[in-house]
Amino acid sequence: MKKFLIPLGLFFGLVIFLALGLQRDPHEIPSPLINKPAPAFSLPTLDPKAGTFSPAEMQGRVWLLNVWATWCVACRQEHPLLVDFAQRHQVPIVGMSYKEIQPQDVQAQGMDATAKLQFARERSQVWLSRYGNPYVLSVMDLDGRVGIQYGVYGVPETYVIDKQGVIRYKAVGEVTPAILASKVLPLIQKLNAS
Amino acid sequence: MLAELGHFALILALLVACVQATLPLWGAWRERAAWQALARPAAFAHFGLVALSFAALTACFVNNDFSVLYVVQHSNSLLPTVYRVAAVWGGHEGSLLLWVLMLAMWTAAVAAFSFSLPQAMVARVVGVLGWVSVGFLLFILALSNPFERLLPAAADGRDLNPLLQDPGLIIHPPMLYMGYVGFSVAFAFAIAALMAGRLDAAWARWSRPWTLVAWLFMTFGIGLGSWWAYYELGWGGWWFWDPVENASLMPWLVGTALIHSLMASDKRGNFKAWTVLLSISAFSLSLLGTFLVRSGVLTSVHAFASDPKRGVFILMFLVVVVGFSLTLYAWRMPKVRMGQAVSLLSRETLLLANSVLLVVACAAVLLGTIYPLVIDALNLGKLSVGPQYFNAVFVPLMVPLLVIMVPGTVVRWRESNWGELLLRLRWVALAALGVGLAAPALAGEWSIGAAFGFFLAAWVVLGSVQHMVLRWRQPGQIGAAYWGMQCAHIGLAVVVAGITGVKSYEVERDVRMGVGDVVTIAPYAFRLQGMSEVKGPNYRAVRADVEVLKNGQPIDRLYPEKRRYFSTAMPMTEAAIDTGFMRDLYVSLGDPIDGPTPQWSMRVYYKPFVPWIWAGVLLMVLGGALAAVDRRYRAASARTEPMPAGVAPQAGA
Amino acid sequence: MGALNTPSHFVGLDAARRSGVAGFGLPTRRALAASLSLAVAGLFQLTAAAQGPKPAPADVSASAAVTTPLPAASAAPAAAVAPAPVSSGQAVAPPTSPLGPEAAPMTDEPVLEARLLKLSEELRCLVCQNESLASSRAELADDLRREVRSLLSEGKTDQQVKSFLVERYGDFVLYRPELKPMTWLLWFGPFVLLLGAVSGLGWYLRQRRKLADTAPAMSDAERARVDQWLKD
Repeated sequence: MKKFLIPLGLFFGLVIFLALGLQRDPHEIPSPLINKPAPAFSLPTLDPKAGTFSPAEMQGRVWLLNVWATWCVACRQEHPLLVDFAQRHQVPIVGMSYKEIQPQDVQAQGMDATAKLQFARERSQVWLSRYGNPYVLSVMDLDGRVGIQYGVYGVPETYVIDKQGVIRYKAVGEVTPAILASKVLPLIQKLNAS
Repeated sequence: MLAELGHFALILALLVACVQATLPLWGAWRERAAWQALARPAAFAHFGLVALSFAALTACFVNNDFSVLYVVQHSNSLLPTVYRVAAVWGGHEGSLLLWVLMLAMWTAAVAAFSFSLPQAMVARVVGVLGWVSVGFLLFILALSNPFERLLPAAADGRDLNPLLQDPGLIIHPPMLYMGYVGFSVAFAFAIAALMAGRLDAAWARWSRPWTLVAWLFMTFGIGLGSWWAYYELGWGGWWFWDPVENASLMPWLVGTALIHSLMASDKRGNFKAWTVLLSISAFSLSLLGTFLVRSGVLTSVHAFASDPKRGVFILMFLVVVVGFSLTLYAWRMPKVRMGQAVSLLSRETLLLANSVLLVVACAAVLLGTIYPLVIDALNLGKLSVGPQYFNAVFVPLMVPLLVIMVPGTVVRWRESNWGELLLRLRWVALAALGVGLAAPALAGEWSIGAAFGFFLAAWVVLGSVQHMVLRWRQPGQIGAAYWGMQCAHIGLAVVVAGITGVKSYEVERDVRMGVGDVVTIAPYAFRLQGMSEVKGPNYRAVRADVEVLKNGQPIDRLYPEKRRYFSTAMPMTEAAIDTGFMRDLYVSLGDPIDGPTPQWSMRVYYKPFVPWIWAGVLLMVLGGALAAVDRRYRAASARTEPMPAGVAPQAGA
Repeated sequence: MGALNTPSHFVGLDAARRSGVAGFGLPTRRALAASLSLAVAGLFQLTAAAQGPKPAPADVSASAAVTTPLPAASAAPAAAVAPAPVSSGQAVAPPTSPLGPEAAPMTDEPVLEARLLKLSEELRCLVCQNESLASSRAELADDLRREVRSLLSEGKTDQQVKSFLVERYGDFVLYRPELKPMTWLLWFGPFVLLLGAVSGLGWYLRQRRKLADTAPAMSDAERARVDQWLKD
């Protein structure tokens, strides 16, 4: 009477998937931009004298793009790692200040675009001088639109981009020594060799 | 002190549950009446201890004992007392304790109201329920202890999530859990019958009233949850196919199939294997729901904070309980003989079709709910399955169900005649068609979807009315179960009409209003009379005073609010609703708008037929209650078995 | 069984006549059904007429927020009349009822907003606990809505907007899973299951018939005895 075993069989199939599911993180969203060209943009830099920056300027080099903000707690935690990484290796890190001005910054709400940019720059400068600056330069994505182009959904996030300007890896959340050692560094070395 | 008392009572309850789960079962197996007799007192003792524990936790909340971690996480000294009590089940640990309390209550009820059952049967049923209790109590004591201390004690609590500070929290979880847990009784009956190796129709008759009561509570709980979301979330949405909502719908669907299948098993001794499988499945789905909601595998606004260890425990518990049940099923069922032949058009066939449709619908909901999990587990990426999928798949499955509801009550057992059926139902069909064609044109814009929905609803209502009228004219007494059936069927039709109406004809206006502005959704008008600041016990709010007019005449005053609770930064919208028989007028206050004059964003909804959804649910609940109290189940004396299936009753009997 | 059970619910023509229910023949039932349906239809009409809503008329045109009624303003739609000083460039007089000035819609482009609303109900808020982009208040949701709005106003179709988001965020952002090999099981599964179940049901019924046909015939009394015996 094997037909009576069918429910049991179906149940065990279900359990296997549930057990596998327990090991996954339902909040993590993989990026579809891996192995695709990094979206082009042109954003003002943190340093007012440096004008604007676009990813094309980094052609021929392997580099990191780190999305951060002064209000982000996890960014503060990963920051020393980035500073150390920048000092230790020859990999340029470009920072992207993402939505620096938040709804709770009431004093900035009435400002015009230039004043807002100035406000954001100042705050970021202060933060970087306090916690260290691992970036060769930093761009200001005040409204988050470039972030959307990159599929950013939170801060911090870090991208590894190769010499041809193709995204090869994305780290969601703060980088840990483990991620740097096992994922980021080997990848950079591989990309540099090619 | 109280917390320790509660904790201790829970440990004792676990010990009693262990006794309850082993000795009576042993006694039933070995035919030792003394061991069997332990079932009842064990069940009562178990209930008493769990109730004590629950009372202790409640007291901790009411007394603002902030040395108990769970109280700190879910309460606050400013929280009104009634919400302090409701906060007991506002979080994971406490809601599990509520679950266990419900289980103990059902077990005690079975022990108390089962005098017509043979003692061995009671022993087995209570024993099986004991096993479930043991599992849950272990889980609570090991991984989800609500009595854990926080030392040093906090000065104040983190407050109950403002979304939960609502009468809905007071009543929805208890009702829902009564249903979830209630299906364990049907489960226990089925397992007990399998263990005994006896699957006569008496088992079905005993199981039926318990299952009906569980079903009606489940219906009520789901309806309440839906209504609560509707008025609380400020969007007027009432079903989102969220994984937690699905977790409650799945056992309900199977439970509905079960109560119909039990009827066949009770009256005709048919479908035993199927009914047993449904009994096992309904409760298994309840347990699966527990897993989905508390393990963190799925994302949901309703999910409790999760911990992977908890997920693993619940999964193992699920494997043990369901695995054991299905193994027992596979082992015992082949020994039961198949029922006898029925013609293609017969009540048996239509009841089976009912089961099939409901189970397939449940499977579809399950598939959609766990599909993202499956895809992720197979490393194929992440995708989302949202309301669009479920609506596309579920609604077509419900259509044939509604259609067969009417012939299902008309056809005879074993064999029926197409000709007679068509003859009897042709006017109902035509009248329903008429309603279907006419109603949408009268309610607004004509659309095929609305027409079809109203047709189905009218089909069921008119068919039921015809059935009742014809039955009334017949001699012979009509039991409460009959009225219950018709009431529940009509209730479902009313729900369908409500859903059709609101989906086809609701109007939303998203406007900016200054004082004196009017929003018109003919024939209603909403005028903003003024704004004020209000202070609540633990919040501050901006309140709008909206006058509602119909054809120029004021009919109501609505006061939507935007609240800022002291404990959280998140503002909360309290919508204001004017409910009528045929429609709801729903006003939701948004944020103030910068501009030369003070203005606020407002959302005004006209939702026709929406009260019918809740009314229909209430009718279904009433129907279930009527069916459950039918005299057939209440006679205390031993009942004779129904006649074996081979002997056909007289026509009309 | 008799008095203990409720009688079979089926009453055919014969049964009705036999039970002596007078006058319940065809004409009566016809009249009954007709009057019932008329009653129901009438009820609908009554109640529907009582509120008779039609969807919002198309003259909900934008105007700057005005809180004082414009002099001699009528409910004339569509006429491009230069309004009072506070103007956003969309020049239509706000309709007024005798009750007061009609509130302006939240946005200046209701058609676009309606499209946005419908589209954002199909999109998922990425940082929420299972909420649609339409209902979420999260900051990222605001940003994404703004992005979608700008794409729509550029003239992109719904499908193009969805592709835009999927390219950047993956399938996760769509609530309606796209039909592709990975989701065949999802979309076709329920109906395949239904077909399977229905044919299984048919097969099962046929099996029972065959079994009953081939089994040696028993008298009713014999069968009753066997049943009783099997039960013990």
